[in-house]
Amino acid sequence: MLKLEKRPQPSRFWTWLTPLLAVLITMVAGGALFAALGKDPVEAIATIFWQPLFGEFAFYYRPQLLIKGAPLVLIAIGLSLGFRAGIWNIGAEGQYIVGALTGAGVGLAFYPAESWAIFPLMVLAGGLGGWAWAMIPAVLKLRFGTNEILVSLMLVYVAEQLLAAMALGLMKNPEGHGFPGSRNLRQYESAHNAELIAGTGMHWGVVAALIAVILAYILLSRHILGYHIRLMGQAPRAARFAGVRPARLVLFCLGASGALAGLAGLFEVAGPAGQVSIDFNVGYGFTAIIVAFLGRLHPVGILLAGLLMALTYIGGEIAQSNLGLPAAAIQLFQGMLLFFLLAVDVLTNYRIRMIRREVA
Amino acid sequence: MTGELLSVSGLTKAYPGVLANDKVSFTLREGEVHALLGENGAGKSTMVKMIYGLVKPDSGTMAFRGAPYAPSDPHAARGAGVAMVFQHFSLFDAMSVAENVALGMENPPALRDLASRIRQVSENYGLPLDPHRTVGDLSAGERQRVEIIRCLLQGPRLLIMDEPTSVLTPQEVEILFQTLRKLTSEGVAILYISHKLEEIRALCDHATILRLGRNVGTCVPRDTSAREMAELMVGGAFAAPARAGGDMGPIALDVTGLSVAAPGQFGTSLRNIHFTVRQGEVLGLGGVAGNGQDELLAALSGELPVDAEAIRLHGAPVGHLDPAARRALGLLTAPEERLGHAAAPDMSLTENTVLTAVRRENLMRNGFLRWGAAEEFARRIITTFDVRTPGPATAARALSGGNLQKFVIGREVLQRPGVLVVNQPTWGVDAAAAAAIRQALLDLAAGGTAVICISQDLDELMEISDRFGALNEGRLSEIKPTRGLGVEEIGLMMGGAHGMEVAHG
Repeated sequence: MLKLEKRPQPSRFWTWLTPLLAVLITMVAGGALFAALGKDPVEAIATIFWQPLFGEFAFYYRPQLLIKGAPLVLIAIGLSLGFRAGIWNIGAEGQYIVGALTGAGVGLAFYPAESWAIFPLMVLAGGLGGWAWAMIPAVLKLRFGTNEILVSLMLVYVAEQLLAAMALGLMKNPEGHGFPGSRNLRQYESAHNAELIAGTGMHWGVVAALIAVILAYILLSRHILGYHIRLMGQAPRAARFAGVRPARLVLFCLGASGALAGLAGLFEVAGPAGQVSIDFNVGYGFTAIIVAFLGRLHPVGILLAGLLMALTYIGGEIAQSNLGLPAAAIQLFQGMLLFFLLAVDVLTNYRIRMIRREVA
Repeated sequence: MTGELLSVSGLTKAYPGVLANDKVSFTLREGEVHALLGENGAGKSTMVKMIYGLVKPDSGTMAFRGAPYAPSDPHAARGAGVAMVFQHFSLFDAMSVAENVALGMENPPALRDLASRIRQVSENYGLPLDPHRTVGDLSAGERQRVEIIRCLLQGPRLLIMDEPTSVLTPQEVEILFQTLRKLTSEGVAILYISHKLEEIRALCDHATILRLGRNVGTCVPRDTSAREMAELMVGGAFAAPARAGGDMGPIALDVTGLSVAAPGQFGTSLRNIHFTVRQGEVLGLGGVAGNGQDELLAALSGELPVDAEAIRLHGAPVGHLDPAARRALGLLTAPEERLGHAAAPDMSLTENTVLTAVRRENLMRNGFLRWGAAEEFARRIITTFDVRTPGPATAARALSGGNLQKFVIGREVLQRPGVLVVNQPTWGVDAAAAAAIRQALLDLAAGGTAVICISQDLDELMEISDRFGALNEGRLSEIKPTRGLGVEEIGLMMGGAHGMEVAHG
């Protein structure tokens, strides 16, 4: 009989090994899924994990890795702060949209003036927009005790309506022959979040994500605020005993995650996406939740998890077009990753022991 | 007092890293009160869990009423006639007494029949209890009665009681003992677990003493002195705390008209509490658990907001300040719950020093933590207070209760507090560690700190405090000098028997 036995303290070894183990199990189970769909499992897995990095068209896919990974990491870093403290912002997708709208709005307002100051102003506006959208659940929670999970999630749908209204109304391109969507910021030099080194996928959003990783690492490991965040999540009573004010943490964590999601939205709308359109958001805000947990809520882990997630996105697209795998199968595959990660997580806090069944 | 009821021979149970019971043997006769005596961690709980079918022994046998006995679960144990009253009650606050009793029964009768049976049993054994009252409104002593009556309804041959008096006033203890004596006169055997020696001398016919999982001796408690039993328990002599006898200074903490509404539905409101403590004085605050101890600590630490003027530290109002600000002024506290309140379970000892010592020990510069200094402070606590741990990087939850308590108390004591408030400083701590903690509190007082010790252990309070007061339903009794206080008087200060005087009339 198998028996789970609680470890006296969490195993550091397993903390780092479980994500790898989860990836391996996902490959096996995903392979079985693809085989059941009548595809060669080895080829399908290789297409997802190998092709984007080392395949024939890797020169095209590798920059994509950074382009898709950057918003995931940027958002997940922000979310991880709140998740560490037990503050659950599920609405990063909405903050991402609002950040893109406010940031793009500033850019479009200056059109067609050219100035070096326009892009920095857009960055500021994007961050502020995301921050303000996240302040709604924060203030409602502190004032009326509402649940931030529900409020932030519902605000995603409000933000989507706002996005559609903007794409069809206020921000619609006057020279767009009536098509929905704003002017393309890629064709407006002062507002364009261009590649910093051509052909690498490296844009300001990637830089911002790396800076966020470093700052979050320092915050959590060295600063008293990061200590209070961890304390609040692990032992709320001890946090109050230490003198932590929960309200301040709610404001900080929701604000920071909102601002980072807003920045991610701005970098996306001014760069890879180029314009405010009805289908601008593709779910980065939700996928980032998976990335945050896959990365153990640790900044470095999130960086790696964001790249891995981007890899499965790109590889999944290749598998869809080359092997004809249905999109739902790819989503299932990504879902498995989180599922198995949570399942093997038990090894961090417990050890498995074989015990012989005794005769009663 | 004739037949052998239960015989245990060679019972062994190992957990990873510890041998909880090592070939323990003893026998229990019908109608006797048998004490199982030992320090925390000596293996008493594991032993009774094996008898009650909660834990299976690795080897060894038991016989009950002459037949082999190996209960596979508590259900089987109850079927054989073994009942147990746990130290921690398993009752639902929001339900009535009768409903709670019904929940623990195999085939509960209709609630009305059950209520009349509860009344009958409670009258027979002198344990008055209204079956229709809500458990959340009962005192700790009354809750224990619910548990006892739940057991008695099963008509047990053996009743196991795990530290039953830790939640009772002296008067309530006397009532409990009369009930137990009545049970034994009917032939029921009682296995009585405790580390309170005087109690065992008053009640028990035989005692089996456990140390580190082994049976280290048996004795007849009436013929053995408390000191002899204590030495058997700890395996040698230990130093009793000694007072240096410092002079008392001016008033350090002045609490005036402190009232706080209960934080939760079943919490206790503090009502108009007054007291003062002088520098160099130890004030002991007793009382049965759940009479406002946690709330008083929270009000003093700053976790519960109170009026600014209700608490004055060295003359200045501090009631409006948060815990961090009060610490900066020298008012330090150590709550009862070690894991999750005084310390974060998954954080290392180094990280746990930052919890309360960040300002006073200068562990932070411009908001950035100085982990080197924090680790050094953790090491200082570990060596000064003899905390047994592999090192400061160990998670708090990996420490035993006694060692973590030494760490928590040490963390506050080494910060040189002006006023230190501790709640249950030696709860669940072995005798040697408890003596060390009490000595540290006395040394602190001798150095001019005002110490407030909230505790349910009366012996402890009598040993270390200069003056004594008791909490009862959120009110504080008059405070009297400890010297010359009698048990009777202390019991009355604690609220007597909570309306129980008629019980054995």
